[in-house]
Amino acid sequence: MSSPALSLSSAASRLEASRLSLALNAFQAILHRDLVITGRELVQFLLQAMIQPLFFLFIFGKVLPGIGLAAGGFAALLLPGIVSLSAMMAAIQGVTLPLVLDLGFAREIDDRLLAPLPVWAVAAEKVLFGTFRGAFAAACIFPMAVLILGPAFSVRTDRIGMLVLMVLLTGATGATIGMLIGTIVRAEFISLMFALIFTPLIFTGCTYYPWAALARIRWFQILTLANPLTYCSEGLRYSMVKSAGSGGWPTLDIRVVIAALLVGIGACFYGGLRTFKKRVVN
Amino acid sequence: MNQAISVDRLVKCYPKAKSNAVDGVSFIVPRGEIFGLLGPNGAGKTTIIGVLTTAVLPTSGSAAVAGHDVTRDQIRVKQRIAVVPQQNNLDRSLRVREILTFHAAYHGVSKRERDALADSLLKELGLYDRQMDKVARYSGGMAQRVMIARALMHEPEVLFLDEPTNNLDPQSRLFLWDRIQALNGRGLTILLTTHDMHEADRLCQKIAIMDHGKILVNDTPAELKKLIPGGNALELQVEAGEAERRELLRRLEALPSVTKVEEVAPSETDDDLSSCRLYSVQAGSLVGSAAQAAIEAGVRIRDISVRNATLEEVFIYLTGRHLR
Repeated sequence: MSSPALSLSSAASRLEASRLSLALNAFQAILHRDLVITGRELVQFLLQAMIQPLFFLFIFGKVLPGIGLAAGGFAALLLPGIVSLSAMMAAIQGVTLPLVLDLGFAREIDDRLLAPLPVWAVAAEKVLFGTFRGAFAAACIFPMAVLILGPAFSVRTDRIGMLVLMVLLTGATGATIGMLIGTIVRAEFISLMFALIFTPLIFTGCTYYPWAALARIRWFQILTLANPLTYCSEGLRYSMVKSAGSGGWPTLDIRVVIAALLVGIGACFYGGLRTFKKRVVN
Repeated sequence: MNQAISVDRLVKCYPKAKSNAVDGVSFIVPRGEIFGLLGPNGAGKTTIIGVLTTAVLPTSGSAAVAGHDVTRDQIRVKQRIAVVPQQNNLDRSLRVREILTFHAAYHGVSKRERDALADSLLKELGLYDRQMDKVARYSGGMAQRVMIARALMHEPEVLFLDEPTNNLDPQSRLFLWDRIQALNGRGLTILLTTHDMHEADRLCQKIAIMDHGKILVNDTPAELKKLIPGGNALELQVEAGEAERRELLRRLEALPSVTKVEEVAPSETDDDLSSCRLYSVQAGSLVGSAAQAAIEAGVRIRDISVRNATLEEVFIYLTGRHLR
């Protein structure tokens, strides 16, 4: 076999590199892989992530207020819910579906597990990638909302920093939930799980109504607190909705929202990592 | 550090399993050696590879690759090893060329180097023209070559091949054997598992035969073949009458180091033609004296040949015939 074109010094320098720099490099290369694959499937991704919000925004934000079945300010209350749901879905799907392939019969993840980084970092990369994917989907909603809602489009601009944080936290929540689902559920049950998990998640997550408005149905209001999407939607509502003109609904306390999401992300990542390790290391 | 692999009293017990998958195994592979792990299905070969490649955590005992403990320093171990598994585990989301270049990127090989190395490996393994395909369109043999190319992209010190020629056509098998020997010629240490005795005999400098999680023997192929009592034999075909034949048998039995002489069924077509077999650990060096004995007994030699024990006979002798 002809000798490769590598110079000895570079191979030797790799052997001398610190464990941290090896791991950071591997982490970044694995993230690059995921981005390259997503870039190649960008059109598919956009269609998948945008079709549902497009129709929701059109029917609930334009048609219903247009025919007098919803109040004029409803679009402004709805938009944060749609951003939250889209970010969460894109993140969950961006982690769960590739994980099912990776951990499936062919074990395509082996090559990444054999890269010089700890096993937990391979899982963390998936969460970071899922978070990016969720944030990207959220970002795509805004121009679409401007087009569909026209003059009804209304987002406050003095809480942009909080908006970015909430989008990232929503993405991370979705990504860690995705890791939990992808490592627990077997491939043949994935579509069933999506139906069983997603439908309740969507409709109890304060996406289409503000949490405070549920006060009249107290038991349901309490129930929605068990859904992480509630905190994402309320946090985004806090960051996006101008207090005047939104019916004056207060949102959940933003400190409670952030704390709940951080605890949720931590718990799901811990649980997801445990099941991930069980699947990849015997 | 002259040991590429060292395994010390390694035990692996899977949860809920009745017995240990690996049960107190110890061995050492020096740098630059091709070491074969042989054994029936379920003997523990793949588990040992799993431990050495950080995919399986040992229950007790220790193992090190290139001087780094496989449980305490996984990053350094993973940096120095490459694995070609039994099953195709190629990344189906990537094109074949990307499988190689991303693998190298994970290991910190610079872009310029990984492109050059991918070019040379793809050409050498006959994959260059189809490098932009996805693996789903590849045959089993081609996928196997991609896995080998991938393994070489970060210049590992130790290569693990888990039943590498299973399911390969004869051409691919010969091609792979040549590659393995060439890589070993460049100083790469190789640990391979196989059921194929011919493969082990041809490639490995040392072979450990395993069964039920234990290593039964660990030696060079030549030494292993000596394990079968009287495994080496000298066969003589002679033309002789009844009396001469008996005289010949008597003289052969008297030769030094002979453990047994037996008459093989006489030829059905020629009454005068008969064969006898002489067992000895030094069968090869007895050709002269056996010929001399034949002449003295007054028989005519038609054929004389040395028959060596095969590794397969050693394997069956040690592990038995029952199905797993």
